[in-house]
Amino acid sequence: MLTYIVRRLLYAIPVLAVSSFLIFVFVSTTTDPLEAIKMNPRASRHSIQLVERKHHLDKPVIERYGYWVRDVFTRQFGTTILTDRPIFPDIRRVLGNTIQLVIAAELLTLLLAIGIGVYSAIRQYSVFDYAATTLSFLGLAIPTFWLGLIFQIIFVNVFVNWHVRIFYVAGLSSINPGHGLHFYMDRVQHLVLPVLTLAIIGIAGYSRFMRASMLEVVNADYVRTARAKGLVERRVILKHAFRNALIPLMTLAAIDFGTFFGGAVITETVFGLDGMGLYFINSLNAGETYNIMAWLLITATMVVIFNLVADVILGFLDPRIRLD
Amino acid sequence: MTERTRQPGQSTEPDVTKVDLDGGVYSSRAEPRADVGMVTDFALGADSTALAYESGLELKARSQWAYIRRRFLRHRLAMGSLFVLIGVILTSVFASHITSYTYTEIDFNLILKGPTTAGHHWFGTDFLGRDYFTRVLFGIRTSIRVAVIVALLSTSLGTVIGALAGYFGGWIDNLLMRFTDLVLTLPLLAVLLVAANKFGGGNPYRVALILALLFWTGIARVVRGVFLSLREKEYVEAAKAAGAGDPRIIFRHILPNAMGPIIVNMTLTVANAILIEAALSFLGFGIKPPTPALGSLISDGQNEMQTAWWLVVFPGIAIMILVLCINFIGDGLRDALDPTQRRVRA
Repeated sequence: MLTYIVRRLLYAIPVLAVSSFLIFVFVSTTTDPLEAIKMNPRASRHSIQLVERKHHLDKPVIERYGYWVRDVFTRQFGTTILTDRPIFPDIRRVLGNTIQLVIAAELLTLLLAIGIGVYSAIRQYSVFDYAATTLSFLGLAIPTFWLGLIFQIIFVNVFVNWHVRIFYVAGLSSINPGHGLHFYMDRVQHLVLPVLTLAIIGIAGYSRFMRASMLEVVNADYVRTARAKGLVERRVILKHAFRNALIPLMTLAAIDFGTFFGGAVITETVFGLDGMGLYFINSLNAGETYNIMAWLLITATMVVIFNLVADVILGFLDPRIRLD
Repeated sequence: MTERTRQPGQSTEPDVTKVDLDGGVYSSRAEPRADVGMVTDFALGADSTALAYESGLELKARSQWAYIRRRFLRHRLAMGSLFVLIGVILTSVFASHITSYTYTEIDFNLILKGPTTAGHHWFGTDFLGRDYFTRVLFGIRTSIRVAVIVALLSTSLGTVIGALAGYFGGWIDNLLMRFTDLVLTLPLLAVLLVAANKFGGGNPYRVALILALLFWTGIARVVRGVFLSLREKEYVEAAKAAGAGDPRIIFRHILPNAMGPIIVNMTLTVANAILIEAALSFLGFGIKPPTPALGSLISDGQNEMQTAWWLVVFPGIAIMILVLCINFIGDGLRDALDPTQRRVRA
């Protein structure tokens, strides 16, 4: 097992190196952080050249990649081009915020989706099953950003008309959030709507997946055997069927979790959350090549790691699969 | 394919009027008899045909496609969705004949009016007094146009790449599949945003092209899988023995049998493209004004949405109806095209 993990991690290094190089070439040829300044008549050519020289923008792209790799390892991703702001503290802050958001959303999604999926499968073709199916089709058709906006409209109007602040519709904290319990309550009030937005869309997909995987297991021979032995139905479902049906969903959730570190770009933009997704959008708008690259590198690394986690989980849960 | 598989949850009573045997449908003209019902349970191979005749059943030969069409037509949800979708598409295509306003007509006397029947402003007006119903219809038109282009382009590209990889195998397969993996590992939304920002220019056709260039991987993998299994089949060998060349085998013998998954995947791509294009346009990286798009309509309406909810609600509902209908149609197609699916679902 350990050798497997080590080998996979070693294998990931060249993959990351190659893809980071390709993405670097792509990003640095398509973004120009000095675009706005170059059009500004008051910026002298000399000062533009100074910035270019300082950040090696005048060098060929392969050389710039070399400088970038050096910055990543020795200078914590380096600094932004226009404002010379260190990148790492910003990334650490937005990553922390994004993790709060996605962990809450993922937990809620998994809990509800597993419940709905299992119950739909046990009571296949029941009223509940049809209702869940219809709702999940609806959930898969809702644009994420639109759902977020609808929540904002509802809760702002509740506040304006009845002066009740149930949930905040933007940001992570109030201007003066207080301390201790007050701070956490304030944070929860801010996070509920973005978490709900992410969870509703997630539940729609995951519950369908869970239902399908449960249906497959319920009709398996060993479940029939368990029933034939005279086990109580509850025990058959919980001990024999449910545990096995959970394996594919766990794998999927682990893989998805890796992609979440890139932040929920759309949800964070709608709710103005200072997370990875909004950081990426802002960097893209500013054309800050190195911010974009830092974001991409962290996201890609997380995806690689959680793909490995998914495989390891699968190896633990399913003894038929051997990792070596 | 000889034995009828019993799906769990399906009724255990034998079907008397519709007896499915070997992919054909036997419709009974005579009064169904009790022993005919038994046929379903012991329907085995060629004997059953004779048995069916003896039992007073009339044999109707149907081609595979007729059979698929029949199953699809009986899928109520899919048919309903198809009608709704066709209705929406026709309304948006003939938008300029249906509404009495144009897309850009400004009326400063009617700024931010809510939905009303007065003056036929069904969806209200925006901050320049433009009729929102007209704007949404034109937005739907752009959405559908982009989504269809994306689906056609990415499906063709994916099919060609998947077919070449699956049929020829060896180094061609290796090369094409590693390339596919590379595209798959790219963070889709991030690359889309960067590419649309640089090359999109707010033009729907360019945005469609960018989407298509990132969407083909799913279909390529599916088609490759089908080709890998089908190229070993006896009929392909027979075609080879008869002297058919590679293109003929690929297009005439294997591709028709791969149409099922391709068509289902294509409908899913249409739905996906509508959602992604809307998100891109909402974020300001996709289709930009003056070209009408549902995503940018919502993003424009965002400023006034607390008082003028219709600016956000109606374009969003339009997206939802489009995606919902297409997904239901895809679901119906999946059931209809699946040869193991014998039961006609409601």
